[in-house]
Amino acid sequence: MMLGPVSWILLAPLIGAALLVCVPSEQVRWVRRIAATATGIPLLLALSLIFRYDPVAAGYQWVDRIPWIPSFGIDYHVGVDGISVVLVLLHAFCAFTGVLVSYRISQRVKEYAIFYLLLIGGGFGVFTSMDLFFFYLFYEMAVIPMFPLIGIWGSKKDRDYATMKLTLYLTAGAVMALIGLLTLYTLSPVKTFDLIALREAFLRQPLPPATQWFLFPFLLFGFGVIAPMWPFHSWSPLGHAAAPSAVSMLHAGVLMKLGSYAILRIALPLMPAGAVDWLPWVAGLACMNILYGGFVAMAQKDAKFVIGYSSSSHMGYVLLGIACLSAIGLNGAVLLMFAHGIMTALAFAAVGHVYDQTHTRILSDWGGLIRQVPFIGVAFAAAALASAGLPGFANFAAELLVFFGAWESYRWAAVAAVFGIVTTAFYMLRAVRTGFYGPLNPKWTGLKDATPFEKIPYLILITVLLVVGCWPQSLLTLIQSGTGPILEIIQQASVGVLP
Amino acid sequence: MVTPALLLFAPLAACAAIVGITRRSRPLSAGLAIGGMAVSLLCTVRLFLEFLNGHAHELQYSIPWITLPGLTLEFGFLINEAALLMSGVVTGVGLLIFIYSVGYMAEEEHRSRYFAYLSGFAFSMLGIVLANNLVTLFIFWELVGACSYLLIGYWYQKPSAAAAGKKAFLVNRIADFGFLLGILLLWSYSAGHGEAGTVNLLALQERLAHWAAAGQLDPTILGWIGVLLFCGVVGKSAQFPLHVWLPDAMEGPTPVSALIHAATMVAAGVYLLARIFFIVSAVPSTMELIAAIGGFTAIFAASLALVEPDIKRILAFSTLSQLGYMVMAMGLGAPVAAMFHLTTHAFFKALLFLGAGSVIHAVHGNDIWKMGGLLKKMPLTGWTFAVGTLALCGIFPFSGFFSKDEILLAAMEHNRFLWVIGTITAGMTAFYMGRLFFVAFLRPAASDSAQHAHESPAVMTGPLVVLALLSAAAGFFGIPAFLQGAHHAEHHGINWGVAGLSTAVAFAGLGLAGLIYLKGWRPAAGLLKKLESPGRWLSRKFFVDEIYGWINWNLQQGLARFLALFERWVIIGFMVNGTAKLTQLAGRAVRRLQTGQLQSYALSILVGLTLILLWGWRP
Repeated sequence: MMLGPVSWILLAPLIGAALLVCVPSEQVRWVRRIAATATGIPLLLALSLIFRYDPVAAGYQWVDRIPWIPSFGIDYHVGVDGISVVLVLLHAFCAFTGVLVSYRISQRVKEYAIFYLLLIGGGFGVFTSMDLFFFYLFYEMAVIPMFPLIGIWGSKKDRDYATMKLTLYLTAGAVMALIGLLTLYTLSPVKTFDLIALREAFLRQPLPPATQWFLFPFLLFGFGVIAPMWPFHSWSPLGHAAAPSAVSMLHAGVLMKLGSYAILRIALPLMPAGAVDWLPWVAGLACMNILYGGFVAMAQKDAKFVIGYSSSSHMGYVLLGIACLSAIGLNGAVLLMFAHGIMTALAFAAVGHVYDQTHTRILSDWGGLIRQVPFIGVAFAAAALASAGLPGFANFAAELLVFFGAWESYRWAAVAAVFGIVTTAFYMLRAVRTGFYGPLNPKWTGLKDATPFEKIPYLILITVLLVVGCWPQSLLTLIQSGTGPILEIIQQASVGVLP
Repeated sequence: MVTPALLLFAPLAACAAIVGITRRSRPLSAGLAIGGMAVSLLCTVRLFLEFLNGHAHELQYSIPWITLPGLTLEFGFLINEAALLMSGVVTGVGLLIFIYSVGYMAEEEHRSRYFAYLSGFAFSMLGIVLANNLVTLFIFWELVGACSYLLIGYWYQKPSAAAAGKKAFLVNRIADFGFLLGILLLWSYSAGHGEAGTVNLLALQERLAHWAAAGQLDPTILGWIGVLLFCGVVGKSAQFPLHVWLPDAMEGPTPVSALIHAATMVAAGVYLLARIFFIVSAVPSTMELIAAIGGFTAIFAASLALVEPDIKRILAFSTLSQLGYMVMAMGLGAPVAAMFHLTTHAFFKALLFLGAGSVIHAVHGNDIWKMGGLLKKMPLTGWTFAVGTLALCGIFPFSGFFSKDEILLAAMEHNRFLWVIGTITAGMTAFYMGRLFFVAFLRPAASDSAQHAHESPAVMTGPLVVLALLSAAAGFFGIPAFLQGAHHAEHHGINWGVAGLSTAVAFAGLGLAGLIYLKGWRPAAGLLKKLESPGRWLSRKFFVDEIYGWINWNLQQGLARFLALFERWVIIGFMVNGTAKLTQLAGRAVRRLQTGQLQSYALSILVGLTLILLWGWRP
């Protein structure tokens, strides 16, 4: 059977990992080349899918299906719809630029690359799976390699605690979600893990509202842990801080999006009545994310913790967008997943570049760096301004949509959300001011700016942010074709639930 | 379509080309920036001629930007008389300042960066001017803020410059919090009566007029919309209580202060009020608030300028004060007067700032008490500065006289109290400008550097002369008549009573300044003693910065620190690590059962068996 492009996106990093096993670990150059190829091919394929996806036809396209365990209704079943094609592209960008940034890694390069590629394969798997069994499998595959990646290549100070906490926390959430998924499976009339079949079955014969109300939180909070929903967020800033830069890039850029993606993809369409009941609470928690994360970020002195808490704050906007249950909010949420992923990858790459040479991430220890490393300084400032919602960057367009959506659905939350960008400006500009402006700290006169090769990942990420920021409709048309059907299900359910 | 697009995008193209290509060549970068600006100016002139010939009155072009079910946002231009006038100010004054910068920044190491920022600013500013809807306007509003941030912090190695840039951005961000909420509220309000929400200015105008005719306007919501949108104006135009960023913004290079923090960007707030005049003017109490804030800022800022020793900061306070006049005029329902004053102010304030720059360039310092005698040493700078001073003081026949008169006239008609405030402010303006001019230019030189000052090169004095001509003559250009196309039926003509009084007050202010600073007249010792304490309040700017600093440190940073501790001890320490500890303890407890000793296993089997038997044995 011929495999389609989606399968190759998924397989390329896994094949790369398998090849690496056979390469002697002294051949560092070959290891790097294989890793770059194994992530470059998915990036090219993802770009071509973005251009070729047909938003008018909508639905899943380039579907591959291979029966695996028919008696349980488990198939290898992958494809992309308007939402996942955008997130696959995000993942491909973060993965490829992450490999380029990882060229600085010199310790146990081969093992690092293998785990890294496994992680990437898991991410692609989650975004493309149309079968719940494989979805869960890939979800775990994206989480578990974090344990060695942080534990071995992380910064020495806090990696043991961070890696234990991250893995245990995410696994606990995943198990909670698994309980929900298995219950859904047993309750479904069709006995299949096929997401489409389940969706149609539950559409014809919805679960009783009480069951949905009971079951929805399992998926919501189970996946919410990785989202990361307040107050289950504390694994994430520490995890970012301890991880090596490329892992932080993937972790904050992509992994955190898996949670909200799973809520959007599985919880909402399968239990629409539960969603209608629970999402107002999510809006409240999202505001806690936004404001709490913002204020805690203001008090941080460590650059990675600032970005870490900022991420948890900005993922609040994603949750808020989903909670709106409107076209504006959902599209804004997905666009923000993309925008925030790229922006945060950029920020972590820049911080990592400085950290690798200074071995400190305390902002006040840096001081005036933009004079010494102008390119990296500009990259960091660009990320900071993008994060603070400067128009022209994709984050602004996405957050604007979330504001408009929230203003319709939860006006009080919209006020909190708009205030959130004030807090973002506070801590981001403070970080730029403390770390990069002011007189140059004489300790860092030997710091090296990015070489032309090292500039490539930054230029890619900044270009993506600017292109999508000036022309958000390019992605929104695709996203809309994916969120539209989900919203229809919700609307049908709320008509059914509300007499 | 092509002309306005070229008008907007020429500076952006220049900016991109500088960043991408000519970064290393300073003359090429400067040339590109000036060329881009000249293209914009030519486009403006062309559109202007079309308007004058009556071929056009109101042009709108737009393309969709975001289209989703329930939300349509467009990107587009709306060109009317006010927009053209503003565009002329931005491109005309901008071009002069770009040229001036070539001389002023000649010794700068990274001049390309400077010209890239300036071009980026021109693009953003023109975006505000041309935007046909509030979201597009907001986009450029933020971009302008970012360019201002970058330009204030241009000398980023200086901690004070880095801090000032950050402060400007943050204060504006706080104001934009209200502005954005206002846009959202307006959008949802406009969605009533079966129509989708819109942020397009023309559509809104039509809809509001329609509803007003049908008596369907809700003054409470409309009032809220007006106040929230006005928040943005308060930030960008640095009105009290958000005025604190503008004096600090003088940390930027002086041409930047002239262009951004005097002539154009800070006037964007006033321009916004002109654009949304049909919204704010619908509710009288909103208008009263606007007029009151403007009037208060006018006199408040003028009082701060009385004691300031830094030449740029005097001009900054003066800018605040004049912006207060314009905002007050808007609140009094006289948008034409406000826009007129905006235009003349752009000319003479840019002139004054560039003149100050020329002086600073010569004496290497900002303190007016270290200057003196400069009129002889730098005649071109000195005489053009004198023209600017007279225009600012509102002396006939300089341009400021006509525009200030229109504002005072509107005040006289609608609000006598504000008219008194405005007239007193005119006197204070004349006093502090007289003080500045006499001390810096006419008194004997007070330092070595002033002694050896030289006139600046022609590339700097040329723009000064052009601006001086504009400042002197702009009153006769018929700007109000041109604007009448946009706002019909406004009072016109000079009221000699109002004008005579304000002129007399201005002469009195100048005379008093001359008496004190030229003739060395000293008031009686008793009076001097009495003036000491208010003087301290003035020189500390009424402690507003200190109060904000206290709030910032104690409330905002306090909350941040509290939440960080909460995160550390409650969320992580108690909840997360607590759970982990509990699990460990449970593990330790259960471990006792797995001792590996046969005896204890046997014992537990015995005990367990007994318990089961006892439980099962129920007679």
